Amino acid sequence: MKPRSLVSIDDLTTEEITKILSLAAEFEKTPVQDILRGKVVATLFFEPSTRTRLSFESAVNKLGGKVIGFTDSSSSSVTKGETLNDTIRTVNNYVDLIVMRHPIEGSARYASEISTVPVINAGDGANQHPTQTLLDLYSILKTQGTLENLNICMVGDLKYGRTVHSLLMAMSRWTTSFNFVAPEELKMPDEYKLYLRNLGLDYYETADLNEVINMADIIYMTRVQRERFSDPMEYEKVKNAYVLHDHMLSETKPGMKILHPLPRVNEISTDVDANAKAYYFEQALNGVYTRQAIICTLLGLK
Amino acid sequence: MKNVDDPKQLLVSAIESGTVIDHIPASTLFKVIKILGLDRIRNQITFGTNLESKTDGKKAIIKIAGKFFEDDDINRIALVAPNAKLNIIRDYQVIEKRVVEVPDTINAIAKCMNPKCITNFEKVTTRFRVVSKKPVALKCLYCEKITDQERLEII
Ligand SMILES: [Zn+2]
Repeated sequence: MKPRSLVSIDDLTTEEITKILSLAAEFEKTPVQDILRGKVVATLFFEPSTRTRLSFESAVNKLGGKVIGFTDSSSSSVTKGETLNDTIRTVNNYVDLIVMRHPIEGSARYASEISTVPVINAGDGANQHPTQTLLDLYSILKTQGTLENLNICMVGDLKYGRTVHSLLMAMSRWTTSFNFVAPEELKMPDEYKLYLRNLGLDYYETADLNEVINMADIIYMTRVQRERFSDPMEYEKVKNAYVLHDHMLSETKPGMKILHPLPRVNEISTDVDANAKAYYFEQALNGVYTRQAIICTLLGLK
Repeated sequence: MKNVDDPKQLLVSAIESGTVIDHIPASTLFKVIKILGLDRIRNQITFGTNLESKTDGKKAIIKIAGKFFEDDDINRIALVAPNAKLNIIRDYQVIEKRVVEVPDTINAIAKCMNPKCITNFEKVTTRFRVVSKKPVALKCLYCEKITDQERLEII
């Protein structure tokens, strides 16, 4: 039988998502358990992503499993011209599960078709990063107590931001209203807006964060990168419009939380960090519990 | 001997039994030949191209003696010849007419337009879900990007 992999958030039913999130809550209560004793997990990072890799390795270690792998492909056989096919066919002999990050889009789906053990996609180029989405959902559920009837305010680069697209698609399974705050050049692509319209979900677009900030249950910040602008002058004009400062939060909802996939550069001013509404570091911790839940679900251990 | 073809089709000789594929855009004739693997079979094949057509501009026609196609096989040409019409011939008579329909999935024949897709790096058989039939839009099962009619390339 083909092992169960997680390549895209769409691979999961809403029921399965809910199950993973409640399992993550169990791991939050008891993060150290012996469930993975004797199991070996490979972390194959064909491009570096220290944060994601450490989160996975922490998740495995807390459950008593062992991790092997590489952190960038320049030190591995890949540089000698080995195909992904051969790497996966070899590595799946050594381990019980593969966590893979790869710059080529679709590489994770392909690996999951070849592999005899479950594959978790930890990012395939600009395509999917489902464990990030699940930890975002977990953070939203945990702080709001529900995923129903929330207002999500997405800020910054909504055009190229893989995490916001994926979160939008996932949250559209529940009744959600969205505010999209972005400069003209980085607006939410039409296909996502059409998707929401077809589902009858509300969204509103603006270039001014202050206009919608007080409606938000969740503010999801992303980085506005200079290299995304065809005209550097445009970047100079907008770069400070998408920075969150503490004084902007005074009238926001009491239960509102600020999320960010990290790393941040300057889009959230450090004066926000002390505010109880800042949640991005806890969000990163939630990533460990969520990944514990995902690993155990795919291995059929919970 | 009756001939069922219209006078323009007479430019290409009639067949006793087999399949006539008409209304192929002249520009995609060779793609149709490739998709159906006609360059690899031993049947007698005649074709005409750059024929005048009232509806399609320049069209092409293929006649394959002694060959009958399964729906799944013939529907693959709908990607490049969406208006193709099939005449199934026995004893010089048309016994059945068929149109082609874009199938729900497309495997192995189309190329993913995304240069960063794994199917353009390794020997992976391309697989698409058809998200729109007219105009054709294919969603790659690997990179999840859409390849539309304009960027459609047959492997
Ligand atoms: Zn593709």
